[in-house]
This record gives sequence, C-alpha cells and structure tokens, in this order.
Amino acid sequence: MRKLGLVAVTMLAGAAALGMAGRGGSDEVSQGGATITGKVKFTGTKPAMPAIDMSEEAKCKAKYTATPHEEMVVVNPNGTLANVFVYVKAGLPAGGTYPTPATPVVLDQDGCRYHPHVFGIQVGQTMQIKNSDGILHNIKAKGVKNRPFNISQPSVMTSDRTFSAPEVMVPLECNVHGWMHAWAGVLPHPYFAVSGADGSYTIKGLPPGTYTIEAWHEKYGLQTATVTVTAGGSKSQDFTFAAH
Amino acid sequence: MHWWLPLQASTFAKPIDGLFVAILIITGIAFVVVEAGLIWFIFRYRQRPGRKAYYTHGNNRAEVIWTTIPAVTVVVLGLFSNHYWVQIKGRNSVPPNAYPIGIHAKQFEWRITYPGADGKLGTADDFTVRNQLHVPVGRPIEVHLSSEDVIHSFFVPQLRVRQDVVPGMDIKAWFQATVTGDFELGCSQLCGMGHYKMRARVTVHTQADFDAWMKATQEGAGS
Amino acid sequence: MTTAAAPHAMPHAGHGPTSFWRKYIFSTDHKIIGIQFLFVSLFFLLVGGILAMQIRWQLGFPGRPMPGGGILPETMAPGGVILPEYYIQLVTMHGTFMVFFAIMPLLVGVYANFLIPLKIGAHDMAFPRINMASFWAAFLAGMIMLAGFFVPDGPSRAGWTMYAPLSASAEYSGVSTGQILWCLSIVVLGLSSILGSLNYITTIINNRAPGMTWFRMPLSVWALFITAILGLLALPVLSGAGIMLLFDQTIGTHFFDPAAGGQALLWQHLFWFFGHPEVYILILPAMGMVSDIISNGSRKPIFGYHSMVFAIVAIAFLGWIVWGHHMFVSGMNPTLGSTFMVSTLAIAVPSAIKTFNWMGTMWRGNLRFHVPMMNAVGFVSMFVIGGLSGIYMAATPLDMFIHDTYFIVAHIHYVLFGGSLFALFGAFTYWYPKMFGRMMSERWGKIHFWLTFLFYNATFFPMHILGMGGAMRRIYDPTQYDFLKPYQPLNQFISISAFLLFATQIIFIVNFVGSLFRGKKAPANPWDDNGLEWTLPNPAPHGNWEKPPTVYRGPYEFSSPEVAEDYLPQTRKLPTDREPVLAPAAGD
Repeated sequence: MRKLGLVAVTMLAGAAALGMAGRGGSDEVSQGGATITGKVKFTGTKPAMPAIDMSEEAKCKAKYTATPHEEMVVVNPNGTLANVFVYVKAGLPAGGTYPTPATPVVLDQDGCRYHPHVFGIQVGQTMQIKNSDGILHNIKAKGVKNRPFNISQPSVMTSDRTFSAPEVMVPLECNVHGWMHAWAGVLPHPYFAVSGADGSYTIKGLPPGTYTIEAWHEKYGLQTATVTVTAGGSKSQDFTFAAH
Repeated sequence: MHWWLPLQASTFAKPIDGLFVAILIITGIAFVVVEAGLIWFIFRYRQRPGRKAYYTHGNNRAEVIWTTIPAVTVVVLGLFSNHYWVQIKGRNSVPPNAYPIGIHAKQFEWRITYPGADGKLGTADDFTVRNQLHVPVGRPIEVHLSSEDVIHSFFVPQLRVRQDVVPGMDIKAWFQATVTGDFELGCSQLCGMGHYKMRARVTVHTQADFDAWMKATQEGAGS
Repeated sequence: MTTAAAPHAMPHAGHGPTSFWRKYIFSTDHKIIGIQFLFVSLFFLLVGGILAMQIRWQLGFPGRPMPGGGILPETMAPGGVILPEYYIQLVTMHGTFMVFFAIMPLLVGVYANFLIPLKIGAHDMAFPRINMASFWAAFLAGMIMLAGFFVPDGPSRAGWTMYAPLSASAEYSGVSTGQILWCLSIVVLGLSSILGSLNYITTIINNRAPGMTWFRMPLSVWALFITAILGLLALPVLSGAGIMLLFDQTIGTHFFDPAAGGQALLWQHLFWFFGHPEVYILILPAMGMVSDIISNGSRKPIFGYHSMVFAIVAIAFLGWIVWGHHMFVSGMNPTLGSTFMVSTLAIAVPSAIKTFNWMGTMWRGNLRFHVPMMNAVGFVSMFVIGGLSGIYMAATPLDMFIHDTYFIVAHIHYVLFGGSLFALFGAFTYWYPKMFGRMMSERWGKIHFWLTFLFYNATFFPMHILGMGGAMRRIYDPTQYDFLKPYQPLNQFISISAFLLFATQIIFIVNFVGSLFRGKKAPANPWDDNGLEWTLPNPAPHGNWEKPPTVYRGPYEFSSPEVAEDYLPQTRKLPTDREPVLAPAAGD
C-alpha cells in the first residue's frame, strides 16, 4: 500500500488534492476525462430529526449554540438532499487499476459528531480518524467485506486505518455517544462523490463509456441510472429521493 | 478524599454501614488477636541456645474453642445479614408504591425512561433521556433494568445500591433516597473499552423539583 | 501397593538418561519436570508483573505517556499513552497469567511434582510420561496465551473472568483471534492439569514408602493431594465452558447469547463452579508448605495435625458450594444468595482453625528465623487479612456495596500475593538446596522479604480504602468520576509502592539466579528437617532412592524428648520403633 501511495504522489505531483478527498476522489484524476454531474433532489415533507441530548457531554455541548440534531436526513435550504453517496457502480474497463491517493481522508469527531457524515474512500487509502473533542470516542467499523475494527480515542489524537476491500457502505459508529454514525463508501477507483450543501455532486476524469451510476442514501436507499459519456464530455444526471 | 464510607443517601445505607462496622469490629478483634499473638511469639519464643521447644502435638480443648467461636460468630453474622438481604433484594422486597423508572444499558450509555405524568412505564407519555437519572427524595424507586448487549452493572455508591444488568433478563431493583443532591451512577461490570465512560448523573430532587424537571424535560423532548 | 511392588520400568537411582535432551528437556524425572515448571512459571510471574506495572502507571498517571511505552505499537499505546482497549487487555492478561500460568503452576506444577515423590518416599510419579506430557501441555498453553499479544487486535478484552456475552462476541469486545486463543489455551491448560492431577492422586495413593501411613504424611502432601482432587474435578468444568465459549465464537452456537435463546448467567455459573475450587487450588498447597516450614522454624510438632488435615478436607468440600458468592448481585435468585452466604461464612471456620493451629505451633517454640520461616510467618499474618476481608463480601447486603470495587481487588491480592506468593518465596528458599544443591543468600533473602512485606502492604492495603469509597474495578481512568477524583493521590501512592514492590523482586531474581552458580554448597540437611527428602543427596539423583526408605513416624517430631537433637527424621529408627508392615493396603 505504501508503495502504491508513493507512485500516486509522483503521478499527482502538482495536482492539488486538499482535504476534500472525501467529497471527491475524482479531483485527483487526470484532467481531460469526462464528467458526470447533477443534483440530488428531495420531494415530500422533510422529516424531523431527533434532537441530540448532549447535556452529559459538556465539552461537546459547548460547541453548539442551537440544539444539535441527528443527521440521518439532511435536506438543504434549496430543497436538495445532502449526504448522498454517488458512485460508478459498473462500466469501468475490466482490469483497470487506479492509484491510491496519498492524501488521507480525514474523519473528524468534533462536537460529538462525525465530519463528514458520509464519505468515499479508496481501497488502501488512509482514513485519518481525528478526535477533536478530547473526550472518549470509540470508532467501531462494522464492515462485512472489510475486517471489522473497534478502536478508542480517549483524548485529542489521530489514528490511521485503511480498508482492504470495496464495500458500499461501511457503517461507523461510536458507542459512547449512541447518536454518532458515519458511513464510508469504499471503492477500488476514484469515481465517487457525495452531495454537498447545495445538493450537487460531480464525478470527474472518467474515461469515455457507459456507466451504471448508483446513489446511496442512509435512509432512502439506492437509486441507479445509466449514463454514457464521451471523451472530455460532460453529462448531467439528477436523482430524486422522495420522503416516506 | 474520604477515609470512610461515602455519604449515606438512601435507606439502605444505615443497615449496610452498620453491618460494615459490626464486621469491622469482629474482624478487627480477630486481626489484633492474631497479629499481636504472632508478634508476641516472635519475640517471646525466638531461638535461644540450649533451649528446646515445648513438645506437644496439640490440645483438643483449644481446637474446640477456636472452632466454636468462629462458627458461632459467623452464624450470628449470617442471620443478621440475611435479615437485611431479604429487605433489600428479596423477591417481595419492592414496596408496592414504588415509582418505576426504566433503565436500558448499552455499550456505553444509560438510556433512562421515565413514566411521565401517569406514573406508568410502557405508556405514550414515557420519555427517555441519556445518562441522567432523576429521582424524587423519600419515595421508593423501582428500576427496571435491561441490557442491549453485554452485562453492565447499575451502581450508585451513595445510595448503596448495585445490581447487574443482564441481557435477556428483566431485573428489578429498588432504593429510596433520603437526601437530595447530585451523585454519579457508574457501570461496575466490565462491559468493553468504554466501560470507564459509562457514567450517568444522578439527581435526587424534592418531589416538587422532580415534578418540575419532568414537566420541563417532557416538553423539551417533544421538540 | 508399595514401592517394592512398583512397576519394573522404574529406573534405579542415579541411572537416569544421560543425553541432554532426555535429561533436561524431555525428562520424565519428576524433579526435573518440577524445575521446568519453576522456570516457565517464574517467567510468567514476571510477565504478569510487567503487565501489572502498566496497569498501575495508567491508574496513577492516567493519560500520561508511560516511560518506555513508546516501544508498544500504535494499537496499544500510541506515543506511550495506554489506550482503553489495551488497558482492558492488561487487566485481562494480568489476571489470566497470574492465576493460570504463575500461581497455579508454581504451587501445583512445581511443588506437587517436586515434593510428592520425595516426601512420600517414591522413586518417581506413578506415570512419568504422563507427567512429562502435562508439563509440555502447560507450556504449549502458555505460549498460545502469550501469542495473543502478537495477533491483530491483541489478546482478549473481557477480563480474566471472561464474562459472556462480552467474551462471546467480537462485536462487543472488538477482539476475535485473541479471544479464540484464550479459549484454546485454557482448554489445553485444562488437559495439562487433569493429567497432572491424575498422576498426583495415583502416586500418593499407591507409591508411599513402607511405614508412610496417611497420617504420617506431611501437611504439604495432604494439601497437594486434596488440591489434585479439586483440580481433577474443577478443571474439566473450565475446559467445558471454554469449549462452549469457543464454539460461540467460531461455529455459531449460542450458549451464552440471550438474543438467540442462550443464557448470559450460564457462563458465570460454570466459571465460578470451577473458579471457587480454583481459589483453593491456589491457596491449599501454600497452606501445606507453610505448615511444614512453620513446624520446622518453630522446632515444634505442628499443633493439631489432625485438625489441620480435616480443615483442608473441609475447605475442599465447602469450596464446591460457595461459587454463588461471586454472583450475589448478578441477577441470580436472591434466595440462592442467602444459601451461598451461609456456605461462604462457614468456610471461614476451617480457615480460622488453620490460623490458630499455626499460632499454636509457634507458641512455646524455639523460633529459628531463617528466610523460609520469615516468609511463612508473613504468609500467616497476611492471609489473615485476606481471609478476614472475605467476611465483608460474604455478608450479602454489604457485598452489594463493595462487590466489583477495589475492596475485592485488595482481598484477592491479600490472598494470592500476601498468601500464596509469600508461601512460595518461603518454599523457593526452603527447597532450593534440594533442587540445585546450593543455598540462596540468607542476607539478600531477608532484605527481599522485608522490602516485599513493606511495599506489598503499601500497595494493597490502601485499596481497601478505595473500595470503601466505591472505586470500581477495571476502570481505565478513575478521574472520569467526580467522586473518585479526590482519591487520585492515593492511587499515585499505590502506584509508586507497586513500582517499588516490582523493583524489589529484582533482588529475588538476582539471588535466585546468582545462587545457581555462586550459592554456598548446601549441607545434606540444611534446615535440620525430618522429611524424607533430606535423606537424599542435594540435588537428588534420578529415581531418588536405591531402596525405598522406611518411615517410623510423622514428619513433625521436633524437640522430641526421646533424642538429644531438636529434630527426629522420619527414617531414623529408635529402639522402641517397630518395623512397619511392608505392604499397607492401598488407601489405608
């Protein structure tokens, strides 16, 4: 893995990939490829998220001015849905290999919540788990294809872990704070993105071809679409999740 | 720091601490007799040249004495202990007017369910808070203990109450606080890496404060 | 059966195998096997001690980098700061190594092997090859247990008592391989103990020398005999439970998983049904050897020999019906709590009998304070504290308060360190010349005793205070609790005492190893003792006796008016002694 990482460093020298690795592994892919972009829309009534009772975690509670709520469904002000993991499920050339990014994906535990709540990561890429709270968190990864792990961080510290097999999604949780959940989409390639605060996503650098794109949401499940892109072209593909 | 037992905050504290003192006296006497005897013998009978030890294989009367005295002592101790044990943990020990509170333990949190205005668990006005046990003073409390995953243990030192919380079992324990104040509930059975963090705040209120807290929290929980 | 009718395969004295491998490694000589157990168990005692030091570092100085902790991997102690999961592993493996791989084999593996044939006048064990198998099984078990530190996620994280369902599921504990290794190791260890116990029982029943009647046996042999019976009956229960736990983890059974119809409390019943007799396995041999040493040191017959034997038997019997006292607050039927309280309080009586008889032995004696005697008297004075503190826990209402606090930690260490280990330090010194032909240093032995005695009490006595304050066991960072924060200075005091206690053991190691090469050559009977073993050269040859010795009396005839010396060996024939009947019926 280390070796692959070094290869990636050499290849990507100059192609800045800053802290946003989670948001778009595709940033790191060579320019000139095709792009799929789109919005994740949401219809129906926005469900009420339960308030998180942090009264027994003074350090975390102090980080909020308003009562924090759980993040199972995050509907953006523009009516789109955040935290949807969109990725290329099928259609990439068989036998293709993709370098492992040298930049780690940072999973920060801050204010007794995970940041980001949903993220993508490549197989072998470092997940840097950070405890910014300085109180005990444990991180339990309940993978099926990946070996489960359960580690703890009693103070401000970071721990590095990697995933060894593609798996959408690996649930992560903290058992000290039952509301803390995060989801990792582990893929062998960099063609994934997570819908952000405006509900949009972008997958860049794809070779021309026809792809099955899947959108995953924690509560509303999966949706798929087939998209054909040409070299250097760009296609738009929106998804719509309905409240239920 | 305390050199003694914690504050007495429940009706169990007096009998339990009384038993502690009684055993401390009994064992203290035994301790002093043995250690003083040993030290005395060490000096009195240390080796001196030309002297021979007293040749004896024992004494039946001595054997009877030091068999009987401990035996009688432990029987008496057992009777007293059992008297209190039955009052504290006996099958029918929970007072009939006890106020029920549901405590669900999981790695590594206490989920505490209050019965709401109707005073009954399992009804619509129940509400659950995390890691906060609020109880009224002077009223028997019946805790319904259940576990999500592994064995935990419900322990509040000042209330002198402890009960393991076992998955697959519905265990009821009771106590009655005698003073108001803030205490801590700790898990006292190893339950995993977060065992040491499985702590909840215990607040013993007056009945009026308790009612006020419940009303405020119940309204807050609905938002 | 007498030794005269022993199997023909029995080697004659001094004609053992000569190759290094057969003589020292794959030996069937009970003495060599005892010494093998001694070195391996002392190694595990050291391992257990090193784990304890790390526990004490974390408790005294939570969250601070441990000196030298930097060598530990990032999954255990990043930057030398102990992680909660590693802390639990330390607690788990400290208990496991100390109970199963240090104290138990030191008492039983070493001294049952070494002393039984020597003290009853046998050529060797009844089944020498089974004896060798027993050692190698124990060695294998130890290595499997140790391997836990080198697999992903490390060793078990469920406490040495392995309470299910935490131990039964990697989902809850975060460990799978290490947990499986724990179960495997315990099953193999169980096999070793069963083989050993069978051997000890058979040897004592069948291979006693002429004249060695049951009531002429030293109390050490009596204690080891009863211990072997306990081991034979208790270890299969643990092995069975271990196999069930292994199956729960590996092949998907649900013995202990309530969600699938299993019973969480079943593990506790099985474990403690083994575990309480185990406590007596860990103390009875110590009591037996202390009795021998105190009688020798007092130059007086043991006071109330028959009471002592009956007390051992009573403890062993009652030991089977007290397991529920570990479970008063487990959710078990409270009426059972009353029953177990009665049996537990009853077991205080034979313990009291033993203590008073040791005192009776010293009374009007002519006390020689050699190092074994100092440690034996140290044992009595400390075992009393451990025994008396047990009464607090036996009283069910009080147990509800002090259960699973540092009070119980203090209690078990007063019994197992103050008790068993002091007895062992006495025994090491006492039988060292018989094992290696040299004496350990008297001066350094005394310094070691006094420093150990001091730091040991400074370490464990304050734990009673912590327990009275409600400090829970197995808490990674006590400062998380407001009510425990004020106790932090006391915790630091305990930790520093513990470090000094550990450092003191270096004296013992140096004395032990150094005396192997530079110790004074041992005289034939260095302690002026009556036992059969001192009629042999130091060290004794393979096969022990050319011709089985004849026994004329019990082992405690010190200061007898019949002779001028203050000791009278079991083999010395006085004009008034009659020859024993040559073939006492087995089990007479």
